Amino acid sequence: MADYLLEMKNIIKDFSGVKALDNVDLKIKRGEIHGLCGENGAGKSTLMNVLSGLYPYGSYQGENYYNGDLCRFKNIRDSEELGIVIIHQELALIPFLSVKENIFLGNEQAKHGVIDWDLTEKKTNQLLKKVGLKIDPNILAAQIGVGQQQLVEIAKAFSKSVQLLILDEPTAALNEEESENLLFLIKEFKNQGITSIIISHKLNEVVQIADRITILRDGKTIETLENQGISEEKIIKGMVGRDLTNRYPDRKLNIGKVYFEVKDWTVHHPINAEKIVNDHIDFSIKKGEIVGIAGLMGAGRTEFAMSLFGKSYGSGISGKVIKNNEEISLKNVHEAIKHGLAYVSEDRKTMGLNLLMDVRENTTIASLAKISHMGVLDKEKEIVVSEQFRKKMRIKTNNVFQNVGSLSGGNQQKVVLSKWLLTQPDVLFLDEPTRGIDVGAKYEIYTIIEEMAAAGKCICIISSELPEILGMCDRIYTMCEGKMTGEVLRENATQEILMNLMTNKEGVV
Amino acid sequence: MQNSESVQKQEIGEKNLKKNGSVKAKFTGVFSKYSMVIILLFLLVAFQFLTEGIFLRPLNITNLVLQNSHILVLAAGMLLVVLLGHVDLSVGSVMAFVGGISAILMVQMKISPFLAVPLCLLMGAFIGAWNGFWVAYVGIPAFIVTLAGLLMFRGLTQVVLGGTSIAPFPKIFQSLSSGYIPDFMGSGSLHMTSMLIGILLTAFLIWSQWQSRNRKKKNLFEVDSMNFFVFKSILIAVTIVGMTYVFASYEGYPIILVVLGVIVAAYAFLTNKTIVGRQIYATGGNRKAAELSGIKTKKITFWVFVNMGAMAALAGMILAARLNAATPQAGNSLELDAMAAVYFGGASTSGGIGTIMGAIVGGLVMGVLNNGMSIIGVGVDWQQAIKGLILLLAVVLDLYNKKKKMA
Repeated sequence: MADYLLEMKNIIKDFSGVKALDNVDLKIKRGEIHGLCGENGAGKSTLMNVLSGLYPYGSYQGENYYNGDLCRFKNIRDSEELGIVIIHQELALIPFLSVKENIFLGNEQAKHGVIDWDLTEKKTNQLLKKVGLKIDPNILAAQIGVGQQQLVEIAKAFSKSVQLLILDEPTAALNEEESENLLFLIKEFKNQGITSIIISHKLNEVVQIADRITILRDGKTIETLENQGISEEKIIKGMVGRDLTNRYPDRKLNIGKVYFEVKDWTVHHPINAEKIVNDHIDFSIKKGEIVGIAGLMGAGRTEFAMSLFGKSYGSGISGKVIKNNEEISLKNVHEAIKHGLAYVSEDRKTMGLNLLMDVRENTTIASLAKISHMGVLDKEKEIVVSEQFRKKMRIKTNNVFQNVGSLSGGNQQKVVLSKWLLTQPDVLFLDEPTRGIDVGAKYEIYTIIEEMAAAGKCICIISSELPEILGMCDRIYTMCEGKMTGEVLRENATQEILMNLMTNKEGVV
Repeated sequence: MQNSESVQKQEIGEKNLKKNGSVKAKFTGVFSKYSMVIILLFLLVAFQFLTEGIFLRPLNITNLVLQNSHILVLAAGMLLVVLLGHVDLSVGSVMAFVGGISAILMVQMKISPFLAVPLCLLMGAFIGAWNGFWVAYVGIPAFIVTLAGLLMFRGLTQVVLGGTSIAPFPKIFQSLSSGYIPDFMGSGSLHMTSMLIGILLTAFLIWSQWQSRNRKKKNLFEVDSMNFFVFKSILIAVTIVGMTYVFASYEGYPIILVVLGVIVAAYAFLTNKTIVGRQIYATGGNRKAAELSGIKTKKITFWVFVNMGAMAALAGMILAARLNAATPQAGNSLELDAMAAVYFGGASTSGGIGTIMGAIVGGLVMGVLNNGMSIIGVGVDWQQAIKGLILLLAVVLDLYNKKKKMA
């Protein structure tokens, strides 16, 4: 009989009649790294919320055994006391508090209610060392990057003497290098006897690091695999319930002449006007072509797209934009949309969608003139139009009146794409179009992108995932520290070549 | 009120189009969405009982409308500000200031009300533009800009009025707040013109509902069953004709009620049916996403404050006309009443959620509480305390209902 740290047995959890978890079993061995895989909506987060006590005992059926004892957690505090700590996808640091204040938030090092700041700082330094972070404990959380914030969260977990560390999509917002560091750290923790559960869509990472992998699908446990030579395909098969032989759709090439061109594009930082964010960039897309921009975080890719899109970013912008052999002016977003540009932002929830509105309202918000006469909305037409997109995009809702806040990441992204397709653009910038989206939905998004290109639209994909860039794009630009450092055709491109260009700023376009 | 009723009915209709659940689900859905309306109805019945039948007498209902009209006008303007996630604390002071200016124009300079009223509305719009400029284009939080406005315009009111009241206003201006529409076919005790208007309005509402139902059917959308449609139509008819009868058995429709009706209809149309309305909701719900969708959020914010200024000016004149005097203390702390009405009507303090129906019902609940408690003889001190408590409880109940529905 193996030594299990955690056993969850026959967990059933339903939300007003819909079963989110249906007799799920999960067994975690002491000291292992356990991967938890499944599509969005498979029940991974729900299961972890049951474990942490966010859903209190009684709101679900089934039993949890931790260290062999039956646990009935009433709240998160109960589970944290036993050393179970979850680090959520959305980081929970308070931006205007310092690192040390964040780490000991709710666990202040105090005597009679008075905080001992020296002790706090000393302990913070020890914890930061443990997670390999060299920063000043007095710096504000807002001033450090996402990767470092992630590590601060982990340091916070260690301040609570963690035994079972649960990481929900820990590398979603990190670049390759930061991800590598984090994975290495998790292995280090294993050597120190800490058990980890890692939830991730990045299957290569799971395969690389996990000892065992449990796959969930539609609220059921499909299987638990020993990680000995498992292929990603095997996991994907378990997750989607069928073989997904091809992760990228076949391209029907239909590439025409150069249609959209940017010349000598320079952008300065919006607050610090001295700082150059985009440095004399030249860029072009042909009709029906999919162009990729690869680069590390901070390379200036998003800034490039947003500054083009009606000066939504930056100051002191200069350069020429030529579309269909005519120079066009893009002074604001309204003009950009009028000239057929569309920008799908990297952050759906804060920049792409209005979470208070339904599918219909989000679909039409950038094209209200198309569904109105003299400023008065034609609501019937609005329903018809948004319903067409719901069907075409296969957005999984019963009708267009469902609130977008309740949709999965993949479906939310489809709503954002619907919004921009309704504006009938010729040039689309897609910034991290599949971030946080599961494998099945990714394929659907890729298919939609491919269809748009086949219809003769110019497409630019900005992505941190090199396989995605290599799989989708006909031509790839690389950026590093605000400069274009390379341009590679798909047939000549490999991860190594791109990586070199992305880190070498001396290269020539 | 008639128009707001129709909006409510329309919303019920839309709701049923969306949800095709059981009768019970329908019932709980309607209850949680319209809990404020139900609270209002409960208060009406309770006060009718407690005041031994005085409360719902035609004279008192007419008074209720007259006494609260300026708050309802403010609430309508405030709704748009709150939808954007802002507040406007200056409206009480703006009311007093514009009221003072109107008195100077009409009483001291003897300018005709037909010229003075538009001038004062324009003045209010300029004050709104002042607030809106700082909020929208300079990016100073509305709380601070309008707090400054609150102090500034209260002070300026004292300056222009010289610390005293100015009275009396011309008769025709007073009738804005205390007049009734003339009875062209007058004979007997019942105000026939009002009755006729009420019946025509009912017919128009039912007809437009019928049109909308047919249009939906043609587009192959689900529509309510015929029985439900008939039930709804009867409800509309009973409510409107009933209320009209109450007014008609006193002096007929007050002029201010007609003004309110037009304002409510205009705001319902603006928020539900126009591009601008949709853009206001989008901006309040997620400003960044709205901007990236090509919405000119600064321009929208600016004009919403201009509109608020004009509505505050109108409210100020309504109050001055009813009191028949412009006083330095007029409208004191009414900005809070207006905001309470809007929040009470289900609006979110962070923007993006709220309806004109809600704001009006919220304002009416407060008015009913004031009026009802005064009739029973509750002292002003206790009135305030009770009002505060009931407001909190009502919002808690509303929140509870919404949570239950979500779970």
